[in-house]
Amino acid sequence: MSDTTLRTVTVQLDGTDIEVAEGTTLLDACRSQDIDTPTLCYSDVLHPVNACRVCVVEVEGSRPLVPACSRAAEDGMVVATDTERVRHSRKMVLEFLASSVDLSYAAEEVHGWMDRYQVDSGRYGPPAPPDGDRDERKAHAGHHGAVDGFTAETVAQPAKIDNALYMRDYSRCITCYKCVEACGEDAQNTFALTVAGRGFDAGVSTEYDFALGDSACVFCGNCISVCPTGAIMFRSEYELREAGLWDEDRQEVTRTVCSFCGVGCNLDLHVQDNRIVKVTSPQDHDVTRGHLCIKGRFGYDYVQQLPDPMTTPIDEVLAAARRST
Amino acid sequence: MDLRFSDAEPTPDERVAVDAVLGPPASSWLGATDRTAADTRTAHTGRRVRDRRDELLPAFDAVQSAVGWISEGALMYICRHLSVPPAEAYGVATFYALLSVTEQPPRVLHVCDDVGCRGFGANELIADLEQWVGPEDEPVDGAMWLRSPCLGQCDRAPACYAQLAGTDDTTLVRAGVDDATAVLAGADVPPESVAIPQQGDDGLRLLRRVGVVDPTDLDAYRADGGYTALRRAVELGPEGVLRELTDANLRGRGGAAFPASVKWKAVANAPRRPKYLICNADESEPGTFKDRVLMEGDPFAIIESMTIAGFAIGAEQAYFYIRGEYPLATTRMRHAIDQARRRGFLGTDVMGTGFAFDIELRRGQGAYICGEETALMNSIEGYRGEPRNKPPFPTVAGLFGQPTVINNVETLINVLAIVRDGGQAFAAIGTTDSTGTRLFCLSGAVVRPGVYEVDSGTTLRELIILAGGDVDAITAVLLGGAAGAFVTADQLDLPLSFEDAREAGLGLGSGVVMVFGPDADVADAARRIARFFRDESCGQCVPCRVGTVRVEEALDRYLSNGHDDGDRTLIDEIDRVMKDASICGLGHTAGTAIRSALDKGLLGDPT
Ligand SMILES: Cc1cc2nc3c(=O)[nH]c(=O)nc-3n(C[C@H](O)[C@H](O)[C@H](O)COP(=O)(O)O)c2cc1C
Ligand code: SF4
Ligand code: SF4
Ligand code: SF4
Ligand code: FES
Ligand code: FES
Repeated sequence: MSDTTLRTVTVQLDGTDIEVAEGTTLLDACRSQDIDTPTLCYSDVLHPVNACRVCVVEVEGSRPLVPACSRAAEDGMVVATDTERVRHSRKMVLEFLASSVDLSYAAEEVHGWMDRYQVDSGRYGPPAPPDGDRDERKAHAGHHGAVDGFTAETVAQPAKIDNALYMRDYSRCITCYKCVEACGEDAQNTFALTVAGRGFDAGVSTEYDFALGDSACVFCGNCISVCPTGAIMFRSEYELREAGLWDEDRQEVTRTVCSFCGVGCNLDLHVQDNRIVKVTSPQDHDVTRGHLCIKGRFGYDYVQQLPDPMTTPIDEVLAAARRST
Repeated sequence: MDLRFSDAEPTPDERVAVDAVLGPPASSWLGATDRTAADTRTAHTGRRVRDRRDELLPAFDAVQSAVGWISEGALMYICRHLSVPPAEAYGVATFYALLSVTEQPPRVLHVCDDVGCRGFGANELIADLEQWVGPEDEPVDGAMWLRSPCLGQCDRAPACYAQLAGTDDTTLVRAGVDDATAVLAGADVPPESVAIPQQGDDGLRLLRRVGVVDPTDLDAYRADGGYTALRRAVELGPEGVLRELTDANLRGRGGAAFPASVKWKAVANAPRRPKYLICNADESEPGTFKDRVLMEGDPFAIIESMTIAGFAIGAEQAYFYIRGEYPLATTRMRHAIDQARRRGFLGTDVMGTGFAFDIELRRGQGAYICGEETALMNSIEGYRGEPRNKPPFPTVAGLFGQPTVINNVETLINVLAIVRDGGQAFAAIGTTDSTGTRLFCLSGAVVRPGVYEVDSGTTLRELIILAGGDVDAITAVLLGGAAGAFVTADQLDLPLSFEDAREAGLGLGSGVVMVFGPDADVADAARRIARFFRDESCGQCVPCRVGTVRVEEALDRYLSNGHDDGDRTLIDEIDRVMKDASICGLGHTAGTAIRSALDKGLLGDPT
C-alpha cells in the first residue's frame, strides 16, 4: 500500500477533533461520527455533482457554506454542522423543492429531514397551474412567462409513458443529475439523457425530447435505481400505484444471482403477491454497484407464469395481478 | 460509448456550414456521404475524435448563423463528426438563448427591455413593434422579435441586436420602430461605431486611442506606441513582468476585484503544462459596456496585453471569449487577431523572440452565466455553461483541467502601462488598495452617458457630475449592475475604490453607474432584475434555481399586495440561502439589488 493512503488529517467537527484519512469527504467524516447529514444529489456510486446543496456545512474561513458531500477534509479545518446558518440553508433547500416538486415518493428519510428542519412549503403560496409545455420551455432558454405572485411555480407536467418497461414523471424530478450520470460516464456509458434548458426551466431530456425507444436508451434501468424521488419508475410499480394496489408491506425482497450470463450480478427481486414487481441490485455489491443491464433488470418474466408485460395490454397484466391477490 | 444517431440528414446548407468549421468528415463514420472501402475496415472514432469536443459550440454557431436554427439533421451531423452523444449536444444547444433547436425565421430582433433601456424608450419601441409587427415570438414574413436582457449599449438606449441568418448580425442603438422594422424586413443596417464622451482628453490612459487611432490598422497602432510594451516585457523577462504587476497591485475589473498578480504567479509557478490564458469578454452584466468600447476602439491593445500575459505566465494558447451579441466588437477583434498573426505579432515566433503565442476567438451564445469563469471554461470545452464547484480554482485546474489565468478585458489592458511605465508609477495613481484608473459605465438619467475613465477613488458625485447628471434630482443609483446594489443620494460621496465600497458594504462590480432620476420607476427596475436572474440562472443548484423564482414571486406579491412585511422577510430569507449555499456568484448576488432597494425604502415602506 502506498504511503499516501495512510496519511491522515485532523478536523474539528462540531467541537470534537477527529482524525480521518486524507481525501475523506466531510460527509464521510460526519457519518463516522453518526452525524446525520441530509443528501439528495449525492450517491455512493456516482461522482458528486454537488448541486442540491442540502448537505451544506459551515467551515471556518469560508464565506459561503460548503457542500459536505464533495469537500475533502483538510488538516485543521473547523466544521460546524448544526449552526443557525446551516439549518436555515437546509430548510430553505428542502422547502424550495417541496414547494415545486412532488416529493410524495421520496424516501422516508427525506420526509424526516423536512420535519427536522420544519419545512413549510405552503408559505410560498398554492401551487401555480402548469405554465405551458415544459418541454417547449426547455428549448427556449432565457425567457419565461409573466409571474403571478399569488401562486408558487412548480415543475408539474404530464408523465411520459413511451415504452413498456419504465416511465418518467418529471413532476417528481428535483434535477439531481443522478440519472444523467448513471446513464453516462458513471455507469452505463450510453448517454441517452441530458439536462436540457436553463434555470427553473431546465430538466432531464433526451435529444429533441425523443421517446426513449428512439433515443440511445438500452433499457438498463440504472436511471430508475438511482432516482431519489420516484420520478423514474418500473411500469409495473407505476401501474400498481396508480391502481392503488402497490403495498410495500406485502412485498418480499429476495436476493438471487442473475441467470443470464456469467458475470454474477446480484438481483433483489421485489415480490408482491407472488409476482415480481421490480428488480434492483444492492449498491454495495462489488460487481454491480447497484447497476444492471436490461436482462437482469427487466428479463424476469420467464420465472412467473403471468402474461408477458411486453406484449400484453396493461389491463390484462393488472387483472392477472388482482387475480393472484 | 455507444452512440446512436437518428436518420435525420443535414440540408446542403447545414453541411457546408459545419464543414467550414470542422473540415469535411474524414470518413462515413463521421458523417461523410460516401462510404469508401477503407471505411468498412477502420472506424474513425474514439479519443482522437472526442478530443475535438470543444469545437461543438463553434459548429452550432456556424449552423445557427447560416440557417437560423439547429435542426435535428444538423445536430446529428455535428454529433457524428465530433463523436458527441446527441443528448449531450442537445443539452448544450438548449443552454444558450441565441441557439434555437426549434425552427426560427432567419431574422430575429432581440429588443433590450432591461433596466437601462426600459426607462429610455424600450417600452415605447416594444409597444410599436406589437402594433406594427405583431406579438413577441411570432414569426411574420421571415422575421420575429424577442425581448432581451441588457445588450451592453445602455448609453445609447434603446438597443436591439439583430441576429440574421446568412448575413452579418448587427445592432441598433437609439432604436426607433422604423429602424427595427427595416431590419426585420431585411434592410442592411451596419452597426454604429463607438463614441466616448471623453474622446481625445489628455488624461486618458485606457481610453486614449478610442475614436482617435484607427482600430482596424495595425500600423496606426504601432505608430501610436503599440507593441512597445511587449518589447519592454521581453527585456524584463517573465519574472520582471510579474514583479511589475505585483508592484502595481492591479485588481481585477471583471467584478471580484481579485489581485491579478496572485493568479499570474500561481500559474507561472505551476509545474503542469500546457497553461492557458483566457480573456473574459463576455460582458453581460446589465449596465456594463466598457469592454465593448475597448474592443471596438482599441483591439490591438487587448491583443498586445494578452501576449504579455501569455509571456509572463508561460501560456502559448489563449482564448478570447466574447459575448455573442457584440457583432462589431467581434469583427474588430477577429480582424485585429488576423492582422497580428499575419504580421508575426502572434504565432510560433512572436516578434522574432522565439516565444510562441496565439489567440483563438470564441463567441458566447447568449448566457450571462458564461461570464462566470468556470462556466466560461465549460462553455469553451463544449459543455453546458454550468459553473464548477470551487476549489479547485482555475489557477490549479482551469481550462481543459490545466492551470489557467482568466482576466477581464479591462484588467488586461492595464498591463500595458504597468509594463511600460513600471508598477510603482501605476500604483501612484488611484488609492492605496485600488490602483490605477477605472472605467465606469454611466447610463440612465445623465446628459452625456457613456464610458468614463477616472482615477480610482473619484467620488460617485464627481463622476455623475462629469456625465452631466443632476445630483440634486437623484432617486437612486444602481451601482455595480444587477449583481450590485441600489444606493441613494446620501451615499454620493462614496469614493469609488474597492476598499471604500467594501467598507460601505457595496461592490463596484463591473463599473456600472446607472442613474435613476426623479421620475424613474425603481419598482419596475427591481422586477426586471428579479426576472433577469431567474432567466439567467444556469439551473444547476437548488438555492438559485428555485430561489430566483421565489424572489420574483415574492417581490410581485410585495409590490402588488400592499407591501406586506412578511414578503419582505421572506425575500431576506431566500437571499440568505442563495448567498450561503449557491454554487457561484450569480446565486450569491441575485438578491442583493432587490434587498438593497427594499432596505432603502425605494420600493415603498412595509406595512
Ligand atoms: C454570474 C457572473 C457573471 C460574470 N460575468 C463576467 C463578465 O462578463 N466579464 C468578466 O470579466 N467577468 C465576469 N465575471 C467574473 C469572472 O468570474 C471572473 O472573476 C473574472 O473574469 C476574473 O477576471 P478579473 O480578475 O480580471 O476581474 C462574472 C462572474 C459571475 C459570477
Ligand atoms: S434505462 Fe439505462 S440507458 Fe436508458 S436512460 Fe436509463 S440509464 Fe440510460
Ligand atoms: S429523474 Fe430522478 S434521478 Fe433524474 S434528475 Fe430527476 S430526480 Fe434526479
Ligand atoms: S448559483 Fe445559479 S448560476 Fe450559479 S451554479 Fe447555482 S444555479 Fe447555476
Ligand atoms: S448532497 Fe451534497 S450537494 Fe447534494
Ligand atoms: S442595452 Fe438595454 S439595458 Fe443595457
